[in-house]
Amino acid sequence: MNNSALIAIIIIYLAALFFIAFLAEKKRQSKWVNNPYVYTLSLAVYCSAWTYYGSVGIAANSGINFLPIYLGPVIAAPLWIVLLRKIIRISKQHKISSIADFISLRYGNSRFLGALVTIICLFGTLPYISLQLKAVSETFEIMSDDTSYISTAVIDDSTFYVALLLAIFATFFGTQNTDASEKHKGIIASVAFESVLKLVFFLIIGVYITFYLFDGTTDIYNQIAITENFKELTTLSGVEDGFNWFFMIALSFMAIFLLPRQFQVSVLENNREKHLKKAIWLFPLYLLLFNLFVIFIAWAGKLTFGSTQNAEYYSLLLPLENGNSFLATLVFLGGFSAVISMVIVSTLALSTMVSNNLIIPYGFLDKFIKNQPERNSKYIKNIRRISIFTIIITAYFFYVSFSKELSLYSIGLISFVIIAQLGPSFFIGLYWNRGSSKAAITGIIVGFFIAVYTLVLPFTLQAYTGTDDFTQYGLLGVSILKPYALFGIDFLSPPAHAFFWSMTFNMMSYLVFSLISKGNYRERNYAEMFVDSNNFTTLQDNALVWKGEAYVADIKSVLVRFLGEKRATRALKIFFTKYKLSQDTQLADARLINFSEKLLTGSIGSASAKILIASVVKEEQISLVEVLKILEESKENIVSNKVLTEKSNELSQLSSKLKDVNEVLISKDKQKDEFLDTVAHELKTPITGIRAATELLMDDDDDMPKEIKAQFLKNILQDSDRLGRLIHNILDFEKLETGRLHLDMQYQDIQKTIAKAIGSISQIAAKKEVEISNKNTHAFKTNYDEDRILQVLTNLLSNAIKFCEAKNGKIEVDYKLGNELVEISVTDNGKGIPEEDHDYIFDKFYQSKHQNTIKPQGSGLGLAITKQIVEKHNGEIWAKKDVKNGATLVFTIPFK
Amino acid sequence: MKKKILIVDDEPNIVMSLEYAFKKQGFEVFIARDGSEALEILKHHVPNVILLDIMMPNVDGYQTLTHIKNTDSLKDTKVVFLTAKNKASDIEKGLRLGADKYFTKPFSVKKIVSEILKLLI
Repeated sequence: MNNSALIAIIIIYLAALFFIAFLAEKKRQSKWVNNPYVYTLSLAVYCSAWTYYGSVGIAANSGINFLPIYLGPVIAAPLWIVLLRKIIRISKQHKISSIADFISLRYGNSRFLGALVTIICLFGTLPYISLQLKAVSETFEIMSDDTSYISTAVIDDSTFYVALLLAIFATFFGTQNTDASEKHKGIIASVAFESVLKLVFFLIIGVYITFYLFDGTTDIYNQIAITENFKELTTLSGVEDGFNWFFMIALSFMAIFLLPRQFQVSVLENNREKHLKKAIWLFPLYLLLFNLFVIFIAWAGKLTFGSTQNAEYYSLLLPLENGNSFLATLVFLGGFSAVISMVIVSTLALSTMVSNNLIIPYGFLDKFIKNQPERNSKYIKNIRRISIFTIIITAYFFYVSFSKELSLYSIGLISFVIIAQLGPSFFIGLYWNRGSSKAAITGIIVGFFIAVYTLVLPFTLQAYTGTDDFTQYGLLGVSILKPYALFGIDFLSPPAHAFFWSMTFNMMSYLVFSLISKGNYRERNYAEMFVDSNNFTTLQDNALVWKGEAYVADIKSVLVRFLGEKRATRALKIFFTKYKLSQDTQLADARLINFSEKLLTGSIGSASAKILIASVVKEEQISLVEVLKILEESKENIVSNKVLTEKSNELSQLSSKLKDVNEVLISKDKQKDEFLDTVAHELKTPITGIRAATELLMDDDDDMPKEIKAQFLKNILQDSDRLGRLIHNILDFEKLETGRLHLDMQYQDIQKTIAKAIGSISQIAAKKEVEISNKNTHAFKTNYDEDRILQVLTNLLSNAIKFCEAKNGKIEVDYKLGNELVEISVTDNGKGIPEEDHDYIFDKFYQSKHQNTIKPQGSGLGLAITKQIVEKHNGEIWAKKDVKNGATLVFTIPFK
Repeated sequence: MKKKILIVDDEPNIVMSLEYAFKKQGFEVFIARDGSEALEILKHHVPNVILLDIMMPNVDGYQTLTHIKNTDSLKDTKVVFLTAKNKASDIEKGLRLGADKYFTKPFSVKKIVSEILKLLI
């Protein structure tokens, strides 16, 4: 294919990705951006060019050894539900924006540790990115028909321009927000899309090679089985290979958590924890599909070409060999997808780390303190943009000067081993609160140097000096220091060997240092929060040991610099409201310090946030004794003494039960009080009326007009009636409540009862000009207490009248027969019942509970009594939901 | 000039007695059935005293009182609570919000009239 056509395809392809990313950013909230499939597919950024091309190379050269790199993640996936969820939770709580933030925060927000993790990630990832560029460059060369074309200068190396385009893409969608803990929906959507493409294209080529070029899997197997060395490629040779496999699986297990790009997609870009549930089976399935044809492509290539010299690119060479340049282009684009995803997500993750953990805390903090908020956020974005460019360009030069010599597979493994150095402090730190920052730093540094000595140094020296003396005889000729056979362990492959030794020393250092040196109080606090992340909120607020003095105004001024006046004010307002503090609180407490650090962490990283806040806080060191007292008394002693734990658990269970019971009692008591209050209020009203009128009438020397006198007397009568009714109601209610009421069940016609009820209330209805209609006129007889059901109907009807508008009111009574029950309904066109009240209106205490000083209509007993009566008949009563105008109340009476 | 009183209560029978008693004392009497009606009346009239129930539909007595206390033109108006709420905490709240007197139901009309006359001296 000619060069310019290929470049055109690349550009069109990139434009399509830009478009997808753009759409996703625009519709950030929509479902197709936020779903478990996109999440799972974004995790597949794990499958880089290394997988796409490198696996076939390994399969051709050393058999099934490509598999452990996928087995680790497959084993890790079920654990995600526990482990990854914990990590995600912690990260969300602390607004963590990178793995460097995560680790440094765990160890007391140590600035140095954050920088160290960043540097490790840079060492581990830069070669890996350059590996991707190498893949692009080499496949480009294979694809373009101009075989003599070998770039000599940067300026006409197409890879350089591809790298540049990727940098633009990553910059554009990676730095939309100053807050790096914000989600990058555009990037994630395009990564998910690319994950689909790379898998589909790889499967297509697998099917093409296996079933079109060859006669299926059996055919390939039969042909390859008669070649020499075949056995070695398909079996593990003894215990030694077993060890190799074990370490490779362990290595990839760690990588799926620790690789900056994996941390980015699986933790930081996770929208909902529940997406994990899908990912734990879908992601392993994805990996399985990806590896389905690897071995057959490898064998097919071997059979076709005879040599394994270019084995990594068999999937590209095979279709080209057979003149199918269309399929070759698809494969090229699939590989290109794998490259883009990896490069973009990795640089995004790295640039956040570099800016938040290296550049800002070590160079720019002072500058930020003096600047305006808008300028600050612009600065932060620019630092990140420059970081992205620098990382990609550095990776490009790394590729130009180093990785041309190396296979994809070996660079990938070097990266894994270096990143794995974060493992002990990361994993153990999640579950062991003793791990200290000194220990983490020591472990990482020791492990890193061993990894460099046993893995990086040998080939670098060889590349430079041209001899392999170092590998052959060891450092200064000391044979136990041979880089590939340290202390005589000579049966492991170099990566497994390096992993084994670096991990051993790393972990030992970590454990030993943690045990001999306790962290300071700050470390202990964060350790507690990470290890016991479920109780995080209580711990965060209460157990944070902090002594010092700070003014809210000072802290606010720091927040304003980064968030702007509006956001800072709003954040503080929310904080004060949440903790029920007065809005003009002046002295900050530990919670505010913590809260502010968290707010800033998203923008500038945890280390810088800590420094900034510390600059306005007069923090007093707390003596170790105090810390130990608070933390260890409550935690460690209990843990060390199992019996005590159980006892205290029992006690606390008991006391929490007691507390619950007590709370129920208190609320019952309160309900009773309120009920009595309402009753008293209701009784007092007519008495007040009677008393006032009587007093006025009694006044002898009064020449009260006759008609007023008559009116007062009428009022007295009315109030007395009201009083009587009320007392009757209360007694009724009491009888029903305590079950002392017996029903007088008779065989009655429901139709007649309804008519009676309407008749008895017709006068009141007529006065308000409300129309009552009786819809069902068929007779139906069953057993019930007519007086009581009349009471129910009258009550429902008078309620309906009360809520109807005068003159326009319409009430309809209806009944129908259901499954062994008759259902009677009263529908009005009044003002209706608020949705949220539906479940409460029959509650005997409803009115008194929901009223404070706004007066309810009626005493609040009517519906409660009604409910009691219906239930006494073994029926049910409810208010119909979703009624548009007015209200419908329904009750049932069962019959046999 | 005639003294003005605003009676705010949603019980017509009670209002009627109070209205009669205060008219007899020569007051001009305004009547509102709840807080919102009261606030409407207060836009146009400045009574010397307001008799205020606490538990009322819509706008309650506390809300009404708070409004009165925040209105400049009503700064000389006395506010008297007349309510069935007779717990110590209720009374304390009423007085804290700035009520001049607090009567509980049931009450003596005569006593209310004489107390209010005393208040207006």
